[in-house]
Amino acid sequence: MSGVRDPGAQPERTRLAWRRTTLAATVVLLLTVRHQLVASGGVLGWAAVAVAVAAWLGLLVAAHRRLRRLLCAAPVAARPRHLALVCGCAIAPAAAGAGLLLLRGG
Amino acid sequence: MGGRLRQDVMLWVSPRRMEAEGSAPDFRFSLANERTFLAWIRTALALVAGGLAVDQFLTGLAHLPRTVLAVALLAGGALCAVRAIHHWARCERAMRRGEPLPASHFPALLAVSTALASLLVAAALVFGPDR
Repeated sequence: MSGVRDPGAQPERTRLAWRRTTLAATVVLLLTVRHQLVASGGVLGWAAVAVAVAAWLGLLVAAHRRLRRLLCAAPVAARPRHLALVCGCAIAPAAAGAGLLLLRGG
Repeated sequence: MGGRLRQDVMLWVSPRRMEAEGSAPDFRFSLANERTFLAWIRTALALVAGGLAVDQFLTGLAHLPRTVLAVALLAGGALCAVRAIHHWARCERAMRRGEPLPASHFPALLAVSTALASLLVAAALVFGPDR
């Protein structure tokens, strides 16, 4: 199979899916930063921004590494741990945001 | 039941456990499964962004209901992400074993929850204190 080009362009489509995912993560990062700039959440707000930036960078690195491996004509399946890391990068900003909203008080 | 869940969770982190199951499917099936996983991650990220947006842009709403709705959306996003890896691992294992893909109630649950959240936001916009 290796070397034979897939007419369904599966590797390319998967690469684009990774790119769209990093784009979605960027929106989450921007909203977290906006919250800090507009509402000024203090130290807690900066902590949430730090978590969001770390998660965003984590996702970018994970996507970049996967994109490189998807360059060949017949790539292997993703490793479970790699995808678990991506999950963590989605859960971290959710947890940081929820913590920020719940701890800021009325 | 608890043991089965534990086995499924171990699949998320252990490539060796995954490789011990059956044989590798056609790479195109694995890539399709990966894209489905990424689509669910984007759904999770959209819910997280929605939660943050509700808090920042639905300012006509009182503090408590706004926070409750925002945190519910954030929690939904986190749940969606966990479910994404869980479903990916179960599908990948089913493909390796040559079994039918696992059925799931989650899309129905998500559809109903999203509809409910949309109605709540719409009601807040129409009947909110500032209108």
